[in-house]
Amino acid sequence: MRLVILDKPNDVAEWAAKYVMKKIKDFNAGPEKYFTLGLPTGGTPLGMYKKLAEYCKNGKISFKYVKKYNMDDYVGLPPDHVQSYHYYMFHNFFKHIDIDPKNVHILDGNATDLEKECDDYEEKIKEAGGIRLFIGGIGPDGHIAFNEPGSSLVSRTRVKTLAHETLEANCRFFDNDITKVPTQALTVGVQTVLDADDVLILITGSSKALALHHCIEEGVNHMWTASAFQQHKHTIMICDEDATQELKVKTVKYFKNLNKIHEKLIEEYESKRISSSMLEFCEK
Amino acid sequence: MAAPGLITKFTNCCLLRDHQIIRDDLWVKDGKIIDPMELFYRHKKVYDQVVDCEDALIAPGYIDLQINGGFGCDFSHDIENTEECVSKVAKGILPHGVTSFCPTLVTSGPDVYRKVIPRIKKRPGGEDGATVLGVHCEGPFISPEKKGAHCLSSIKDIDEDSSQALQLIQMYGCLSNIVIVTLAPELPNALNMIEFLAKENIVVSLGHSNANIDISIKGVEKGATFITHLFNAMSAFHHRDPGIVGLLASHYKNVFFGLIADGIHTHPAALRIAHRTHSDGTVVVTDALSALGLPDGIHYLGSKSVEVKNGCAYLAGSDTLCGSITNFAECIRIFKQSTGCSTVEALEAGTLHPAQVLKIENQKGTLNFEADADLIFLNQDLQVLQTWIDGKCVYKRSS
Repeated sequence: MRLVILDKPNDVAEWAAKYVMKKIKDFNAGPEKYFTLGLPTGGTPLGMYKKLAEYCKNGKISFKYVKKYNMDDYVGLPPDHVQSYHYYMFHNFFKHIDIDPKNVHILDGNATDLEKECDDYEEKIKEAGGIRLFIGGIGPDGHIAFNEPGSSLVSRTRVKTLAHETLEANCRFFDNDITKVPTQALTVGVQTVLDADDVLILITGSSKALALHHCIEEGVNHMWTASAFQQHKHTIMICDEDATQELKVKTVKYFKNLNKIHEKLIEEYESKRISSSMLEFCEK
Repeated sequence: MAAPGLITKFTNCCLLRDHQIIRDDLWVKDGKIIDPMELFYRHKKVYDQVVDCEDALIAPGYIDLQINGGFGCDFSHDIENTEECVSKVAKGILPHGVTSFCPTLVTSGPDVYRKVIPRIKKRPGGEDGATVLGVHCEGPFISPEKKGAHCLSSIKDIDEDSSQALQLIQMYGCLSNIVIVTLAPELPNALNMIEFLAKENIVVSLGHSNANIDISIKGVEKGATFITHLFNAMSAFHHRDPGIVGLLASHYKNVFFGLIADGIHTHPAALRIAHRTHSDGTVVVTDALSALGLPDGIHYLGSKSVEVKNGCAYLAGSDTLCGSITNFAECIRIFKQSTGCSTVEALEAGTLHPAQVLKIENQKGTLNFEADADLIFLNQDLQVLQTWIDGKCVYKRSS
C-alpha cells in the first residue's frame, strides 16, 4: 500500500484527479473497451470532481467510454432529494462531463426489491469485467462506503442499517431532525471494493487523523473497515498534512521520502512516452 | 426552432432560481423547463442541442399587469382594430423582455368595453408576440375624485338592486377575458362587488380610490389582492388614516401592489418606502401609453389627447401626468437603482410577484421545473439581450 502525503486538501484533489485521468488515458478506452470506475460521495472527493470536470471541459480527458459505479445511496430517499447520492453525483460531477447516462450505475434505494437491486449490482460489475479503479473516502470511524464498524471485510453489496452515530452525524443535512435521516442504505461491500484492480482512498482533515492511523498503522480490523486495504495489491491512500496528525513521525517520513516515486504515478502521458522511448533507446 | 421532444441545454449562464442567482445550466423541452436529473437517470438522456448564453443571467420573462398600449396603439381608443393593436404591442414589447402582459383598458363606456373586451382573447405567446394573459379593466367603478386621467363621464356607480353578474355583463360584455378589475372599495356596494369578482377568480385591485384604511382593509377581507399603481390616484398617506397605502403595513401579507417605477410617477423615496415596507408584494408595472416607443408629440389615451415631451406623458396642454412611456426593462432598472434592492428583488418584482398576483406562479414568473420556458437573457446592467417564449428565441439584441 502506498500513502501519498500532500500539503492541502486542494493538492489532494488535484493529485487524485490527475491520477484518475492518467489511469483512464493509459487504459486507452474505446467503444469496445470501457474503463470501469467506482466513485464515492461526500465532502472529501468534491475537489477532485471539480478538477476532473475542468479537465473534461478543457478537452484533456473524456468520459465517453467510462462506466461509473457508485458506492452507495440511502434507502427510501427520493432521487431528487438534495441529500440523495443521485443528486450529489449529478450536480457535482455528471452534468459537467461528457458522460453517457447509460454508463452510470447508482444503487437505487427506492427499488421495490432491495436485495435483488444489490445482487444485480454485483452482477453488473462482474459483467463489465470488474472495477478498474475504485475511489473511496473514509469516515472518522474508518468506514468505507456505508460499511460501518463491525462490517464483514468480505462483504458484498447489500442493505445496511446505519449506526446511531452516523444518523447523528447526518442530522445536520436533514433539518437537524433525526427522524428525517434515512436509517438504511445500500452499499457496496468491502470485498466489492477489494476486488477492484486499483483503489484510491482520499483522506483529508484532522477529523480523519485517528481513522488514518488505525487503517495503516494498526492491524486489519473490521472495526476500522478501511484497514482491509492493507491486504490489497494496489491501494493508494492519499491524504493532506492535517490527516497525518495521529501518525508516527517515522511513518510520515518514510512515505514522504517516496514522494518522487509517487509523482511518477501521475506523470502526463506525453512525458511518459518520451521517457519510455528514452528507455528503449538506452536498452539498445 | 426546437422540434418536439428536442432537449435544449442553456449553458454558460446564471439563473434566477429560488430567490437566488446561481451558476447552473437550464434544460428546456417542448417549451417547458425540465429537471435534468430526471432526464439523466430516468430517460438516460443529456441534451440534443446547446445554447451558449455567453455569461448572461437568465431570468423568467417579465410580466406586465398594466399596459394601456404602445407603438401608436391604445387599447381603449383604437377600438376598430383591437386585434391589430394587441398584436402590435405584443410584438413591440419583446425587446423589453416582456413575455406576457395584461392589455389594460381605462374607464370607458359600455359600448367600448363590449366591443373591445371580447376581441382581446387570452392567447399563448410566441414569435408573433408576448402571451396575452387577459384584460385588466381599470374602471369604470372608480372614484370621481381620483379619476386621474380617466374620463369622468364614463365613471359608473355600482347598483344595489341589480345583480353583480348582470351589471358586469352589461358593462364589459364578457367576463371570461378579464383577469383584473381595478375599482374603488369606498363606492356604495363595492364590497359586494369585490366578493363577487374574487369568487369569479378575477383579481380585484384597489385603485383610483379615496378609500380610508378601514374600507381598504374591508376590501382586502372581501378578496382584493392587488393595489393599482400605488401612491398614484389614491388618498395620500396620513398618519391618522394611512388609506390604501396603509395596507402595505397591515396584517394582510398577501396584498401585492403595482408601482410605476418610471422615475416620474413615483418618487425614488416613495419607491424605497414601498419596497422596504413590503418587498414581497412589489410588482413593477409600466402603465404604458400608446406613446411607448414613439417620439415626442400628440398621442391618444382613451378619448383624450396626450402630449409626450422629454420622456414624460401629460394631458395635452396641462401638467397632469397620465401614464408612463418608460419600457418595462427600464422600469426594473430604475426600481433597482432607486430602492438599492438586490438584483433578485428587482427581477422578482417583474416576474414572480406579478405571476403570484394572477396565481400562475407554477407556469410563469419562475424558472422552476415544469414552468413555461419564457426566458430573458440579461447583462450585468439588466439590459435585455435575448427574449425567449415557449422555448423559442423571439428577440435577440443586435450586437
